[in-house]
Amino acid sequence: MSLSPWIWFAALLTLCTFSFLWRDNPFYKFAEHLFVGVSVGYTITILYWNAFLPRVWEPIVINHQFYVLLPTILGILSFAIFFKKISWLIRYPIAFLMGAACGISVPRSFQGYIFRHMQGTITAISPGQSNLLLISNIIMVIGVIATLLYFYFSIEHKGFIGKVANVGIWYIMLAFGAGFGYTVMARVSLLIGRLQFLLHDWLGVID
Amino acid sequence: MNFLEKMMNIDRRWIYLLVGICVLVPLIRPVGLPTSITPYTRALFDYVDKIPADGPAVLISFDFDPSTSPELQPMAQSILRHCFAKDINVMCLGLMPTYIGMIDIALSNVKDEYGAVSGEDFVFLPYVPGVTAVMLSMGESIKNTFIRDYYGVLIDSLPMMQHIRNYDDIAIVVSISGSAMPQSWAVLVGTTYHVRVGVGTTAVSAAEYYSWLQTGQFVGMLGGLKGAAEYENLIESKGYTIEGFRKVATKGMDAQSFVHILMIVLIIIGNIAFFSLRKRSRQI
Repeated sequence: MSLSPWIWFAALLTLCTFSFLWRDNPFYKFAEHLFVGVSVGYTITILYWNAFLPRVWEPIVINHQFYVLLPTILGILSFAIFFKKISWLIRYPIAFLMGAACGISVPRSFQGYIFRHMQGTITAISPGQSNLLLISNIIMVIGVIATLLYFYFSIEHKGFIGKVANVGIWYIMLAFGAGFGYTVMARVSLLIGRLQFLLHDWLGVID
Repeated sequence: MNFLEKMMNIDRRWIYLLVGICVLVPLIRPVGLPTSITPYTRALFDYVDKIPADGPAVLISFDFDPSTSPELQPMAQSILRHCFAKDINVMCLGLMPTYIGMIDIALSNVKDEYGAVSGEDFVFLPYVPGVTAVMLSMGESIKNTFIRDYYGVLIDSLPMMQHIRNYDDIAIVVSISGSAMPQSWAVLVGTTYHVRVGVGTTAVSAAEYYSWLQTGQFVGMLGGLKGAAEYENLIESKGYTIEGFRKVATKGMDAQSFVHILMIVLIIIGNIAFFSLRKRSRQI
């Protein structure tokens, strides 16, 4: 069994959190509030030492790089939301962020999210691959077309189009099923991690 | 109320109890169920394995916080072990304040096993705000983006950084993530700077990344606890681990399999109960 007070504290907080499985209770509430408080405190500390001091304080006050004032003022305007009379000033940092983000991401998103995936789908049924892979890729391409057609609402889904759209629904359901299976795996992994901590780090009953 | 009706109205706490038992028992009494290596894990392993010692660096982006660490921390530590064993230079990056702590834990757990030294074998980059800006700025100059490492040492003065300027000197970015960060790496950095991207992700996100593997935007993928266990087995089989190496993810895989079997049984019982009761109500 661990002799570290921090391990004991972490173990007790884990048990407090698990107590929610039975029902909501003050122990769970305590752990929840503590988590929120610590997270905020930790984030503020990191931001102060890694962002404010080296990126704002040092350049302006110590190195007299006054051009840093411009982004600093833009950042400070974000706090205008807390003051009713000048809350409109927040539009400027938001406008800057929106403009920059769109400019950066639009061309790259087209390339990365759309063109590369279209290319991957089109070239999937190319000669020179094993029969098994070819069949797999044909199934994939049918799925892409059927699912896209399901989300195409400018034609009524009846007749041939309706049948293809129905195939699309099956593909979507299969994707949900795969997603659910993976989600179970993810959630169980979190439980395994915590129980490993309790049994190994705290109690020392497993290797 | 018969059995099927009871099943439809079962108190969820019974399910919690069953899941708890299915996790606890194999952890205390491991069965040692085999874990096969998937091609995507093998692809990432092979890519890292081919990087020459003291050549281009591996940039590990710790894009996760404690909420997903049981799945992702073993992956990060396995990749660190792989790199340190092969003398591959590593850069550790956290793009959010809460990610920094995960790097600290991983390095604390691994560096002493291999005698890895900060500035020579690895660089712990500090948190700098602005995710997209940081990603793109590193493409111009890593030194100008961070100036100092996490420990406050000037990056310019670190021996490892003498030959690493930007993405041209990085062999692969491995994004260990519980969010959509790997996509940002592939779209913003992979597309712009043509640097290869690998991904270690939570099981929840794994399904959506298969298309990214098919397009070649990701070199390989470690999916969930199973991916972490596979990588642990690969580095162990190649002799990259020290004696007494504790395979955290592999130890959890028995429990994982038990719970999956339980889930399948519960889904089957639930469906039988649902359709039987519906049939009965229609007959009435």
